[in-house]
Amino acid sequence: MALLEIEGLTGGYGPVQVLHELDLEVGDGEVVVVLGANGAGKTTTLRAISGMISAKGRITLGGTSIVGKSPERVARLGVAHVPQGRGTFTDLTVEENLRLGGYARKGGVAEDVQRWFTTFPRLEERRTQQAGNLSGGEQQMLAIARGLMSRPRLLLLDEPSLGLAPLITQDLFQRLSAINEEMGTAMLIVEQNANLALAIAKRAYVLETGSIISSGPASEVQQDDAVRKAYLGY
Amino acid sequence: MALFLSQLFIGIGNGVVYASVALALVLIFRTTGILNFAQGEMALFSTYITWKFTDHGMPVVLAIILSMAISFIGGMIIERVLIRPVESASPLTIVIVTLGMFLAINSLAQLIFGTGEKQLPSPFPSHRYHVLGTTLTAQTIGLVAVLAVECLVLYILFQRTKMGLAFRAVANNVESSRLVGINSGLMLMLGWGMAAALGALAGAMVVPTQPALVPSSMQSVLVLSFAAAALGGFDSPLGAVVGGLVVGVADAMTHQYIDGLDQIELVVPFALILLVLLFRPNGLFGKTVVERV
Repeated sequence: MALLEIEGLTGGYGPVQVLHELDLEVGDGEVVVVLGANGAGKTTTLRAISGMISAKGRITLGGTSIVGKSPERVARLGVAHVPQGRGTFTDLTVEENLRLGGYARKGGVAEDVQRWFTTFPRLEERRTQQAGNLSGGEQQMLAIARGLMSRPRLLLLDEPSLGLAPLITQDLFQRLSAINEEMGTAMLIVEQNANLALAIAKRAYVLETGSIISSGPASEVQQDDAVRKAYLGY
Repeated sequence: MALFLSQLFIGIGNGVVYASVALALVLIFRTTGILNFAQGEMALFSTYITWKFTDHGMPVVLAIILSMAISFIGGMIIERVLIRPVESASPLTIVIVTLGMFLAINSLAQLIFGTGEKQLPSPFPSHRYHVLGTTLTAQTIGLVAVLAVECLVLYILFQRTKMGLAFRAVANNVESSRLVGINSGLMLMLGWGMAAALGALAGAMVVPTQPALVPSSMQSVLVLSFAAAALGGFDSPLGAVVGGLVVGVADAMTHQYIDGLDQIELVVPFALILLVLLFRPNGLFGKTVVERV
């Protein structure tokens, strides 16, 4: 049984239905990428998983149904969602942002804060600064570290490369890959920058108007002619 | 000089009360983004509860503490029942809800406790001290001490506890706070509960300085507290305290020194606020919102 199983998921915003009978799976420790054009429903899929919008269908995490649960319940069950735009607590300090990531945990928060400071020394230099003053790349690092502070079973990443310079984006995906190898955290990544995402992913899904139109190992999806034309640009 | 000092003491005494109601306003504004126009009437109702206890022979300090506890629960219920359903509505809708609460709570207080004058004993002794040729009352000292303790407790709660961190997280970004597992609804309820308890405390402080407890007791206090919060910045606890003191002192001084204005002394604090807001629209200590996207 996969860590995350989604079957026949429908959902949207009020009367506007965005997702139509969507099926998707993420295995334990697996990195999965979802590709799709703007408006295909990528963000909506992540929001449905983390409980930010109401959805119908089946979503299970490690066998437990999480459909209809509040975001705070889903978070406590082991899903960390790094939203588009990074969701930084802009008025709080860098360190407070990290501590909040471990809010639902009983102990070990201070140790983990130190751990991420070691991984991202840039954040440690700025530990007492307001997080809103960080650069885009630094905020993305902070958001990912904040997500991992909860020691999640599944990390949801929504357009992590948005607004970042190409070199920083490359570094970001290398780090994600390293984190996945080291901690074994499963990741579901929604990304426009398909090449970089596919390079670190094991499997990929292609989303169009709220349904999966193709899926498979990342390397195969990367070779698929239709996908290459539509999303990879060559 | 003696006259100046005595007016200064009166001003500080009043200012402390405006500051504590302004703190309650700031608390709700920071956590929910709502200007609670009913804050004064909530405090009025709490003060009637305090009075009821003392009327039954309870010592006043105990009555205040008990009333604060009841108000805390009442504030949480108000958030859950009246505010939550309109939480995501337009600011105008929420303003109308809190204005409605203003009228409803005031009427409810009149209905339950009557419109007659009530005497609420002061929690402070009636000692007077002679300082630099003028008198300083234990009341004024007590008020300042209560505000100081209040600020200290709030500071520790917000800056040094995990719950305080969660509060600030909800105030800053509701969505992200839920995504890290914070029960934002509970935090909002607790915020309203605390504001209501602070109001109960403020009411019990201010009413003994007035001729009597009547249904309109908190109305001018609310106006001046709003002024204090606007002056200091609605998102700044420090601003609430400084704003409260400035308004209190300016009010007392005008009353004393400018004959023509002694019936309409409200003019001065408001002229001051107008001036400050012209140059600093977010108040003296308010933050200009800077966001990088």
